[in-house]
Amino acid sequence: MSNLPVLFVILPLGFGFLYILLARRRPFVSEMGSVAVTLTLFMLSLILIGAGYFDGQQVIRSFNLNMGGWALPMGINIYLDSLTVLMLIIVNMISFTVILYSVNYMKKYSSRSYFYALILFMLAGMNGILLTGDLFNLYVFLELASVSSYILVSFGVEAEELEAAFKYLVMGAIASALILLGVIIIYLVSGTLNIAYAAQFIQEYGMNRALYFAFSLLLMGFSLKAALIPFHAWLPDAHPSAPAPISAMLSGVVIKVLGVYALLRVGFNLFDLGNDPYFLNLLLVVGGISLIIGVLLALYQWDIKRLFAYHSISQMGYVVMAIGLGTGLGMVAGLFHLFNHAVFKSLLFLNSGALETATGTRSLKKMGGLARKMPVTAVTSMIGSLSISGIPPFNGFWSKLMIIFAAVLAGQPFYALLAVIGSVLTLASFMKVQRYAFWDKCRLDKKIYESDLTAPIFMRVSMLILAVFCIFLSFLILPGIYRLILSPASLDLLQGAAGYIGGVGL
Amino acid sequence: MIYGLCLLLFLIGFYGVVVKRNLIKIIMGLIVMEYAVHLFIVLVSYQRGGIVPILEEGQKIGEFVGLAVDPLPQVLVLTAIVINFGITALVVALAVRLYEKYGTFDVGEIRRLRG
Repeated sequence: MSNLPVLFVILPLGFGFLYILLARRRPFVSEMGSVAVTLTLFMLSLILIGAGYFDGQQVIRSFNLNMGGWALPMGINIYLDSLTVLMLIIVNMISFTVILYSVNYMKKYSSRSYFYALILFMLAGMNGILLTGDLFNLYVFLELASVSSYILVSFGVEAEELEAAFKYLVMGAIASALILLGVIIIYLVSGTLNIAYAAQFIQEYGMNRALYFAFSLLLMGFSLKAALIPFHAWLPDAHPSAPAPISAMLSGVVIKVLGVYALLRVGFNLFDLGNDPYFLNLLLVVGGISLIIGVLLALYQWDIKRLFAYHSISQMGYVVMAIGLGTGLGMVAGLFHLFNHAVFKSLLFLNSGALETATGTRSLKKMGGLARKMPVTAVTSMIGSLSISGIPPFNGFWSKLMIIFAAVLAGQPFYALLAVIGSVLTLASFMKVQRYAFWDKCRLDKKIYESDLTAPIFMRVSMLILAVFCIFLSFLILPGIYRLILSPASLDLLQGAAGYIGGVGL
Repeated sequence: MIYGLCLLLFLIGFYGVVVKRNLIKIIMGLIVMEYAVHLFIVLVSYQRGGIVPILEEGQKIGEFVGLAVDPLPQVLVLTAIVINFGITALVVALAVRLYEKYGTFDVGEIRRLRG
């Protein structure tokens, strides 16, 4: 156990540099290397489930590792609790399937080694954000992940991609500046950058105006990264413009780790605002608005990837709203929906990539009748669509049901109603996708339609893996597994600063 | 007072990013904004009459701690400068590529993405 979490940062970072140095002429090396690295990390993150001990109610996990052996206020620590383990599983699972998919998908691009290097840097940055216990370190990893994602959005260097990347970069740079300013103000007031020590300082001396200012800066910065509704403008441009595997990464995990996870860590564990009605109401309102506006904007989109991107805003609204309820069930529902959304949204973006490769267009108006020609894509996309719109046997249904229950039980029936309306509208817009892409009569060019459209092998495999997960993730709420993964993660947030400080061991 | 000037500089940069229509001016706004943050980080460690934070022979520890400037923010600002240098290089490269594709730096004309 001891030093194992460090691998989550070291492996992708090291291999990324290796590809740039060695494998420029042989993209094959970097393809297979990246698949191996991410598969290893996925397995490691599954091993981490076994860590911790059972206290009768649920599993308790809290590991603190001082890097380089420096004692804590001097050094930087790696802190691993159940929330981190949950997020590590999500991130590494999605990046494994995405990289498997890009082995086939990226064939049409040149300089593929750089692509794999960048995607591994992004992975290293995200794993670093999840593991680190130091605020400035969090900022550095956040920049590592963001800069790689700016470059990956513009990877095709077409006009639209450059435009989207520029917009994304300007928004991201503003967010980073705000976050850095917030971090420095925390240092100015508390005299430490370590999250646990700063949390202890806030526990002892209470909040003051400077700390509230710092928190509002961090809140704005992370909301920009998470594309919550007042700050959402860059997402529907940036996510569809990227190559399909990158869209899947960005929508599936990047907005969650850079935005929502960091926001939760800072809000609940550092500033200890888990019982603060203003903070929770803010999350509720922002989440509710994102939920409705996102899905309304998605309804009239004809570009398939743009439609999916607007749904990302809406689904993140569900997550934030559920967490804003502030109850135990709300937390669990929010984290469960976060996991589910990562899986089905990545699946849908991978499907859209397969469609784009086969037909050469992203406009729904020009597709149709593809179910017979691309059976695997059609079936997996059907599963993804049913999951995201909350149709029974699939995972999306259970998490949405939990969110609605949690909202009713927390005495917020209005937000439960919003969740139901959002779900119905989601179903409507995915009916449109299914009908126009797969079932309607064909509007494609005859010559394209007659040719062999089936997706290559690795693309099919990775889509199938994600579709299988869409079904099996429903088992996360079975009592035994529930106590193993979801409930301890929600407990880490509910316990607030006290739990975090105790976990690091001050 | 001097923190207020720093905030003013930040807001000037923010104004440049939000209001200006020219890519180069937006980039300059970003740079000004980042410099304001860097200046703030350095100011955090500033101390009137402070000395270099290196302990010399024969210096008393208590006196040294009272006088020496805080070295940590200076380390942080180096890291932040390097990161923002990378971002600036990237954004300038993007602007050059955009100019090649669209033939203009005007944001109003670079809008093929809508919705």
